[in-house]
Amino acid sequence: MGVKLLLENDHIEGIRYYETYRKNGGYRAAEKALKMTPDEIVEEVKKSGLRGRGGAGFPTGMKWSFLAKPEGVPRHLVCNADESEPGTFKDRYLMEFHPHILIEGLLISSFALGSNATYIYIRGEYAWIPDILEQAIQEAKNNGWLGKNIQGTGFDCEIYVQRGGGAYICGEETALIESLEGKRGNPRMKPPFPAIQGLWMRPTVVNNVETLAAVVPIINIGGEEYAKIGVGRSTGTKLLSVCGNVKKPGVYEIDMTISVEEFIYSEEYCGGMANGKKLKACIPGGSSVPIVPANLLLKTAKGETRMMNYESLSDGGFATGTMMGSGGFIVLDEDQCVVRHTMTLARFYTHESCGQCSPCREGTGWMYKVLKNIEYGKGKMSDIDLLWDIQRRIEGNTICPLGDAAAWPVAAAIRHFRDEFEWHIKNPEESQRRNFGLAHYADPIHVPAGA
Amino acid sequence: MIKFSEERLKKVHEVIARYPEGKQKSALIPLLHMAQEDFGGWLDVPVMDYVAELLQIKPIEVYEVATFYTMFNMKPVGKYVLEVCQTGPCMLRGSDDIIDYIKEKLNINAGETTADGLFTLKPAECLGACGYAPMMQLGKHFREHLTREKVDALIDELRAAAKN
Repeated sequence: MGVKLLLENDHIEGIRYYETYRKNGGYRAAEKALKMTPDEIVEEVKKSGLRGRGGAGFPTGMKWSFLAKPEGVPRHLVCNADESEPGTFKDRYLMEFHPHILIEGLLISSFALGSNATYIYIRGEYAWIPDILEQAIQEAKNNGWLGKNIQGTGFDCEIYVQRGGGAYICGEETALIESLEGKRGNPRMKPPFPAIQGLWMRPTVVNNVETLAAVVPIINIGGEEYAKIGVGRSTGTKLLSVCGNVKKPGVYEIDMTISVEEFIYSEEYCGGMANGKKLKACIPGGSSVPIVPANLLLKTAKGETRMMNYESLSDGGFATGTMMGSGGFIVLDEDQCVVRHTMTLARFYTHESCGQCSPCREGTGWMYKVLKNIEYGKGKMSDIDLLWDIQRRIEGNTICPLGDAAAWPVAAAIRHFRDEFEWHIKNPEESQRRNFGLAHYADPIHVPAGA
Repeated sequence: MIKFSEERLKKVHEVIARYPEGKQKSALIPLLHMAQEDFGGWLDVPVMDYVAELLQIKPIEVYEVATFYTMFNMKPVGKYVLEVCQTGPCMLRGSDDIIDYIKEKLNINAGETTADGLFTLKPAECLGACGYAPMMQLGKHFREHLTREKVDALIDELRAAAKN
């Protein structure tokens, strides 16, 4: 069993409610933190090596230390609960079943950063979760953990929950800030960064739900102890949300010392492939990160065992590796068609592009059209190079990373599954009858019993 | 006349009070959600104008936001909006079949409403339930692990509910 920090109490009934959470060690980190100075808390988070769990993996302590503190200007902490990356539903799980660990993390972080009004921006579709969070906030308030003069420290803090309106782009921190201000979710040009001018042009830190929840165990066990869990720069634990063709999709907490193979095939985690099928490909970090075929997923190009951590997953760069991203682990079995899957992702990014930068606005739609032609038997061989050309012209040429996020899945699909695209184009009729791709990429090692 | 109930207006002022003085525009998206719930499931122009008036902002500031976000309906919808996710992870678990089945069963295309005004089919992009796919959003809640049988049962349930 790996170390569990966030979902340690997952089996306890009623952990959603204050009394149970408190009885099982809840708000002990808050007690401890409120006796520390804000700078000491930031220092612990720095020592922990915690990296942003939303997808980018930027060191949290460093992000916090960038926060400007001009005299007389209020600062804000904003919790990014806009979780919209296809394949990702870990924050939802945490908020739905463990709301108090987030509230406790928010209180500690607000204290460390000096935020008296902290906002949770949650995606609009998670429409039932604000009620759960607001109940937890009320419980925390009734017990003196929020409101005025918290535990006699003189520190005031209110947490408010705001629902978005259904826009993937609002997971990008400056688009989120715009949306929180009641505007369209168009990302801002940077600099200035939110740490200098964020919400209402005030210094702001935006952190993911899981990142802020992780502050609780960091304070409890100390930054140095936290950093000992995991490997290298992948410290602590990470939540993964698994979907696709495995036996047990769901949310798992790992300590980043296990291999990808163990994660997929062991009973403790995904339980192997569903329906006796073979593993064909995987997108391990949410739809934006490169898809890799089974052989490159389980072993790196150098033949080393691929591990479930930031460094190992990205070993080989985009040529043969991928990324940890948001931890949205999407598994495709041998019957799945990479062309169709890529087409649905291209449709997603077309729909979600805010339209501000032309390479993304025009390019995402163009890629979707070309992919649709290939998928529906109307493709030309030159379309593959055309797709490659379009994605290259989007990548790096937009204000925010949505352009890159739309380009990478297409690039990786062509890089690793080019012959599947060619097969679709050469066999327009057969590809319509038999709507799945080529199976020769499938993992030859784990052949299910009886196959 | 378009007007929130007294109880709702209390909530409106509570929401506005979450933001600093003069930043009441921040309450726009929460207010649009409330307006859509209370005024027939979509945002007609007079409804948006009313929200603008409540927040003391220009109507255009409301229109540009309402049209940007997918969850706000810019034209009338049925009593029940079936928002079926069709992105990659759901596709892997058979969402295409669920969408086709609903089209066939209700005899409507994507984006259309049944003649009795009960159902609208709105294919959606990733709703964050990938591990419990295929799925749909129905009002405030998700319906997960969908099968044809579950769609049958759901539609029966909703038809019965609409009669009461």
